[in-house]
Amino acid sequence: MIVSVTVNGEQRSASVFGSESLLVVLRDELRLAGSKNACEEGECGSCSVLLDGRLVCSCLVMAADTDGSTVTTVEGVAGADGSIHRVQQALLEAGATQCGFCTPGFVMAIVDLLEGEPHPGTADIGEALAGNICRCTGYGSIVRAVRRLADSSER
Amino acid sequence: MDAYLAPGLDEALGFLEEWPGATPLAGGTDLMVDVNAGRVRPDRVLSLRRVPELQDWEDGRIGAGVTWRRLQDAGHSALAQAARTIGSPQIRNAGTIGGNVGTASPAGDGLAFLAAADALIELASANDGRRVPWDEFFVGVKETTRRPDELITALVVPDDIPGRQAFGKVGIRSAMVISIVVCCVLRDNDGATRVALGSVAPTPMRARDAERMISEERRPSAAALDEFARLVAEEVRPITDHRSTAGYRRHAAGVLARRLLERVL
Repeated sequence: MIVSVTVNGEQRSASVFGSESLLVVLRDELRLAGSKNACEEGECGSCSVLLDGRLVCSCLVMAADTDGSTVTTVEGVAGADGSIHRVQQALLEAGATQCGFCTPGFVMAIVDLLEGEPHPGTADIGEALAGNICRCTGYGSIVRAVRRLADSSER
Repeated sequence: MDAYLAPGLDEALGFLEEWPGATPLAGGTDLMVDVNAGRVRPDRVLSLRRVPELQDWEDGRIGAGVTWRRLQDAGHSALAQAARTIGSPQIRNAGTIGGNVGTASPAGDGLAFLAAADALIELASANDGRRVPWDEFFVGVKETTRRPDELITALVVPDDIPGRQAFGKVGIRSAMVISIVVCCVLRDNDGATRVALGSVAPTPMRARDAERMISEERRPSAAALDEFARLVAEEVRPITDHRSTAGYRRHAAGVLARRLLERVL
């Protein structure tokens, strides 16, 4: 079947063959490789995207079930002029990427967190990022980056 | 594979009448794990994400499609606590209480609350509807009495459940954990106590002997609390698997139930 999805503001259609996930369609069909494929069971968060505005693991979304939906991937968070998102900038400045594999998922989770709560405390940050695993264990610098964003944005 | 994205409840039930046994898909947080691992290959999927009726949540009647994200604000504190500890933000945004009930995993975190609350499972088909007590619905590991032409439409929590509530679970970390033991304790001001547990039997269960014993104790002594924990540990029927041993689960069930009880005394 063909599904029609708005991805990063653009109307896209994709062929779905069976019960494959949105993640597979994003990466293999739509050639958006920013969302990473690691655990395929929702444990690691590296495939996080916004589906109709809600943060989800795209590996746990059946692609056939996305017809008519809106998806934002890490490729879609940059500014219209191509500048990177302030969350990405903050991670960069904090040196919060080691191998970088988990970074797109963290970017999406942090974007989603700050959207709902511009000034999260450390406990809020921990809870909001509990679904994202960094196998380099670089959590300290990731949390510091979010703290800086939380403190710097206008109150 | 055929997927039907139902726009409403009548359409969903009509589809199931035509294709009984089709695989219902809510948040996908259970089903897709099995699909991705190649353990399940559904022929016919009924997507429920767009069905507005399943989103209804009025007092004690919680629509099957209500997500854990929404349930974090539940009026019942034990349900809110369960919701807040399920999975991760990503999982709570997608996973639903109806899906938790439909999967019927012995480790389903929401089920301990529903068992303690003596909740009813509301089911509908194209031709009829019924409300089934939780202990007549869960009959084995991932086995329920839902007919192939039925959908879970809501969970009904009676109004008169005890107000003192506690929920807790044991696992290897606080997020994304499949519980080794999960427990919900409800207690009335007059002492009447309910204790429900998960991950320690093929289905969610109540520790009835422990409930009877502690309900008689208005101000339980340390010895009474020890006896309560011993009875809980005696009543559970855990197994040893890759997550834990039967012996540890039995011990942890007693300890956890006692700690939760102490919170509601």
